[in-house]
Amino acid sequence: MAILKTDKITMKFGGLTAVSEFDMKIEKNEIIGLIGPNGAGKTTCFNMITGVYTPTEGKIYFEDKDITGEKTHEITKLGIARTFQNIRLFKELSVLDNVLIANHMRLGSNLFSSIIKTPDYRKKEKKIREKSLSLLRDVGLEDLKDEKSSSLPYGKQRRLEIARALATDPKLLILDEPAAGMNPQESNELMDFIRDIRDRFDLTIFLIEHHMQVVMGVCERIYVLDHGVKIADGTPNEIQNNEKVIEAYLGVD
Amino acid sequence: MSKKTKLTLISIIACIGILFILNSTLGSYQLRILNLCGIYVILALSLNLINGFVGLFSLGHAGFMAIGAYTSALLTMPPEAKEMNFFLKPIVPWLANVQLSFPIALFMAGVLAAGAGVLIGAPVLRLKDDYLAIATLGFSEIIRVIFTNTQSITNGALGIKGLPYIGIFNKASEAIWWTWGVAIITIIFMALLINGSYGRAFKAIREDEIAAEAMGINLFKHKLMAFVIGSFFAGIGGALLGHLMGTIDPLMFRFLLTFNIVLIVVLGGIGSITGSVISAVIVTIAMEALRVLDGDMQIGSYIIKGIPGTRMVVFSALLMIVIIFYQRGIMGTNEFTWDWILKRQKKISEPLNKEKVS
Ligand SMILES: Nc1ncnc2c1ncn2[C@@H]1O[C@H](COP(=O)(O)OP(=O)(O)OP(=O)(O)O)[C@@H](O)[C@H]1O
Ligand SMILES: [Mg+2]
Repeated sequence: MAILKTDKITMKFGGLTAVSEFDMKIEKNEIIGLIGPNGAGKTTCFNMITGVYTPTEGKIYFEDKDITGEKTHEITKLGIARTFQNIRLFKELSVLDNVLIANHMRLGSNLFSSIIKTPDYRKKEKKIREKSLSLLRDVGLEDLKDEKSSSLPYGKQRRLEIARALATDPKLLILDEPAAGMNPQESNELMDFIRDIRDRFDLTIFLIEHHMQVVMGVCERIYVLDHGVKIADGTPNEIQNNEKVIEAYLGVD
Repeated sequence: MSKKTKLTLISIIACIGILFILNSTLGSYQLRILNLCGIYVILALSLNLINGFVGLFSLGHAGFMAIGAYTSALLTMPPEAKEMNFFLKPIVPWLANVQLSFPIALFMAGVLAAGAGVLIGAPVLRLKDDYLAIATLGFSEIIRVIFTNTQSITNGALGIKGLPYIGIFNKASEAIWWTWGVAIITIIFMALLINGSYGRAFKAIREDEIAAEAMGINLFKHKLMAFVIGSFFAGIGGALLGHLMGTIDPLMFRFLLTFNIVLIVVLGGIGSITGSVISAVIVTIAMEALRVLDGDMQIGSYIIKGIPGTRMVVFSALLMIVIIFYQRGIMGTNEFTWDWILKRQKKISEPLNKEKVS
């Protein structure tokens, strides 16, 4: 069973076709890349998968369930979490709060018990605090837990976004340019980190990335988009030697 | 019991003590202002929940207050008093003879306002935020029009006079315990709400809706929750205000009333509970203090004729100055918390020679 499958998804914005009949399939525990030149439609694909946009045509299946057009928060609940290309942290809130918020959906307490702080609620709150701190430890941000999230340097903000996404207990994690703004050393660490969380949290990972070193280093298979159309898919090796891909990247018409 | 709970209890007891002293020493005019302060604390906090913590821009507070004020007035007034008020057109029979005790009527005022919150919030909160300001503003004006025209229920433009005193013993001296009692309960309620998981979800929506939704937060459900809770407390605040004034009419619930509360919230810091409390007290007192500006003024042998409304002009000017220099209000989104106070205290009492060690 494929964990994620898209069936000819198309996204049109007025006259512009951002993504056209895109087909893909990801198996459980794979690490898959999505690459392509600027404006190729990569982020738009992510937005369709996470319910930010409803595809103009086509269907999306998550664990064989049709999720086309579902609301974003429902999709998160089913087990797809994401990060954003233009980091979207809760800026004014602390690092720890950012992660705690991601636990709200699965907390299972009602408004009333959160106000009167029932013993059950207190227990759950304690548990999500421990879980969030442990996630922060995993991404090396535990010491900064009380800092305002917008005060972190760029690379750390990216890591916080991943910790926050992990806190929703996803099955599929999708990362939009996780290495953007990272230095080579940080990108290397990121690659290890991605493999590590895949194993530890039993995840499937789908990522967009421009740093070829990262994509080729960590992904098992890669899809290539150009002008909204899939021009290739295959192993890093196959992609590196694919004529169409080279053309697209070199800008040869 | 944790240290913080203890501190909270101690300060509540201290508040009660202070209120007791004030209640027995202040004159009736000052007491009225003190009551008004308590009511504005409730109103500011309820608006701050919606506008400050969830980041919605609602302008409907006067409407919810009107619903609360009329509900509580009609439910507490004795039948004879109602008959005297409704001399143009008699009151509908199902309202003529109801007379409930004050606490129940006050609660009903909140419930009906909250009900209106559901009715207006459910369709509008699904839309983009810009629509909310317009829709809520429209709602509060519509409430006024309705109340002006449903003569057999609200007595129309004539309004209702002779509302009973706040409280159950029909004594003026009881009011303070209700206004500030409810205010303290509201403060505690909001603090508990905001510091829980739902409060964090509210703040997440304010910070970034797209990210909040991607974290699995149902935007509509949470916005509606906050909106309805805010409406509930607005209804309670409106009811207390009505009873304090003793007279209510539709004109009292104009947009200006909402505007005042928005100002208090902005001034105190959008998204700060302590800010709203401090600001509500300061603004209420300042509004009264500036009242002298509306009257005649004597400088030497000169008498400057007072122009009514001067105090609003001066007040708005003061406000602009504050907003220009403290853009985020008195408190920003910060709070006076026990943690914060304890930390400060520790810093002050720590021996200074500590620095030399390292
Ligand atoms: N909401 C929208 N409305 C209109 N056009 C859009 C919208 N979102 C994306 N587009 C357009 O769709 C195309 C694909 O954009 P997308 O963001 O998916 O590209 P991308 O592959 O992620 O590029 P980059 O590498 O620069 O992030 C672009 O031409 C973009 O301008
Ligand atoms: Mg993109």
